[in-house]
Amino acid sequence: MFRFHDYKEGMRIALNAIGANKLRSVLTTLGIVIGIVVVTLMATVIEGLGTALDKSISSLGTDVYYLSKWDWFGGEWWKARNRKDITVRQAEQLRDRLKLAEAVVPVTNTWQRTMKYRNRSVKGNVNGTVPEYEITSGVVPGIGRFFNEYEANAGRPVCVIGFDVAKNLFEREDPIGKSIKIGSYNYRVIGVFEKEGDFLGTTMFSTDTQAFIPLENFLKVFGSNRSIDIHVKMHEGVDKEEAKEEMIGIFRSIRAVPPGEEHDFGVNTQDFLKEVFEGVVGTIGVVGFLITSLSLLVGGVGIMNIMFVSVKERTKEIGTRKALGAKSRTILLQFLIEAATICVIGGIIGLAVSFPLSLIINEVLPSSMPLWVVVLSLSISIAVGLISGIVPAYTAARMNPVDALRYE
Amino acid sequence: MPLIHIKDVVKTYDMGAELVHALAGVSLDIEANEYVAIMGPSGSGKSTLMNVIGCLDTPTSGLYDFEGENVGELDDNQLAEIRNKKIGFVFQTFNLLPRSTALHNVELPLIYAGFGTQQRKERAENVLSDVGLGDRMTHKPNELSGGQRQRVAIARALVNDPSIILADEPTGNLDSKTGIEIMQLFVELHRKGNTIILVTHEEEIAAHAHRVIRLFDGKIASDETVENPLVYEDR
Ligand SMILES: Nc1ncnc2c1ncn2[C@@H]1O[C@H](COP(=O)(O)OP(=O)(O)O)[C@@H](O)[C@H]1O
Ligand SMILES: [Mg+2]
Repeated sequence: MFRFHDYKEGMRIALNAIGANKLRSVLTTLGIVIGIVVVTLMATVIEGLGTALDKSISSLGTDVYYLSKWDWFGGEWWKARNRKDITVRQAEQLRDRLKLAEAVVPVTNTWQRTMKYRNRSVKGNVNGTVPEYEITSGVVPGIGRFFNEYEANAGRPVCVIGFDVAKNLFEREDPIGKSIKIGSYNYRVIGVFEKEGDFLGTTMFSTDTQAFIPLENFLKVFGSNRSIDIHVKMHEGVDKEEAKEEMIGIFRSIRAVPPGEEHDFGVNTQDFLKEVFEGVVGTIGVVGFLITSLSLLVGGVGIMNIMFVSVKERTKEIGTRKALGAKSRTILLQFLIEAATICVIGGIIGLAVSFPLSLIINEVLPSSMPLWVVVLSLSISIAVGLISGIVPAYTAARMNPVDALRYE
Repeated sequence: MPLIHIKDVVKTYDMGAELVHALAGVSLDIEANEYVAIMGPSGSGKSTLMNVIGCLDTPTSGLYDFEGENVGELDDNQLAEIRNKKIGFVFQTFNLLPRSTALHNVELPLIYAGFGTQQRKERAENVLSDVGLGDRMTHKPNELSGGQRQRVAIARALVNDPSIILADEPTGNLDSKTGIEIMQLFVELHRKGNTIILVTHEEEIAAHAHRVIRLFDGKIASDETVENPLVYEDR
């Protein structure tokens, strides 16, 4: 229906008109600019969160259950407070009975202990555990090794430390074989974990700021009056649900929970992180969507308004064009192109503004502005332009040429 | 078959309080290659008649055949095509696109006709040269004098090689010397075989036409052939 010339002429007219009113056109695009900035930054943040989540999940190891006195997510903490502690003995019983598990690992910890090397010190969590911790955690020492069966059983004073701990205590020195003080006891460093990074700004789920010592040693030094956690990793290929049911059943019987009563322990999984993540993403999404819609609505109304002004201002020009043989649809196209062009300019300004901002986000949350966002932004701009331009353009197209020519 | 055949054309404007009969029953035929001047006091219906002839406006009643085709039966797109290909308008106020060069202004009807870039440029340059603006093609309207602007507008009217040129008070916004130059241009165009209808207030200008139609209150008061149209001295 339209020829290439029609688009070219429409584009030329649009650029002329915008050029004649640069400031007005740019101001008009403000809503579009804000909308595009929000869309792009939102997408960048979500993209960054996704990357962070992937990293965190891989660091947690997949298909690991965390049996604990506490429920990580949801649950009622005041009820959990009255639960009996989980003991090392219970962990051992579970390990012996749960054949579907590849590893059943007791982990106990104490928070914010001072670790010292020479005149340097850091604070971090200290964990007591067993060699199989390597299996459930999914992280391996970057240098050195984890402690072995012998060291574990003997309760040797050895430790494996997190990446940040090593960095802060040893700087450029080689930590392996050196002795550090945890509390008032000396431990020989035999391994340093690879860097894991943080998740949503917390190192809670990362080994980076922690130290690991044999469980036997931990109980002697820090006491055994804590409720421990049990990390359970199932064998590859077993039915997840079935294995989970089995684990819960066995652990209930170990803790002598009468049938029909609630568990007196929490069964936690990494899904907790996913829920947090999804919650955060959902919130960002909803807020971003609202701001975006609102600013695009405001932007759209602004464009519509300016297009009505533009049509009115050029009534005589429209009359002239019609007298020279322009068809209604040609005039319609002309003004649609103008509206879309203004919006695309707004979209480009928006991208230009959000690109440096995305670099700032990148500092906090490793991410990059995805290409599809650029495409999406420009498509949204064009759509807003077309939608808000259609009524003014139609008004122009429908003008009676004689009336338009007489217009002063 | 006359180029233009108009019979009992009425154009009424409903102004709410009263009906304005801009044309109150006009009949006339115009043959190809005529040079017609339309005269009459202000408000007598001259512009309305021009708009009807130019297919910009449709009469309230009456018949209008253009080149044997009943204009009343054409739709908007067909009317646009007739305006584009068969009719060249020249306005009192020039009506050029202010931000476009003379060349692009003249190319406009060719764009709507769908000509390619090269053809457009060639044709527009030729016509601009014909009206004496060969050296002003890249100028914008505000860089041109009133007479030059009207020449651009005339070039634009000519560029699609129309069957008829309609000029509604083309010298109305020009000083008398420039006006005479423009009128000389019309005489020349007529001599080259163009059909011209021209609205004017000035007897002197009408004296160059071959036929003078006088309107009064939306009716034809007189329609006379000029025996010896005035000829301009050679430039
Ligand atoms: N669009 C319109 N609405 C109302 N009245 C109009 C309109 N166009 C023209 N008229 C009236 O029709 C009459 C003829 O106008 P016009 O053809 O412009 O006269 P002329 O060109 O001879 O001065 C005038 O009385 C004018 O007021
Ligand atoms: Mg008039």
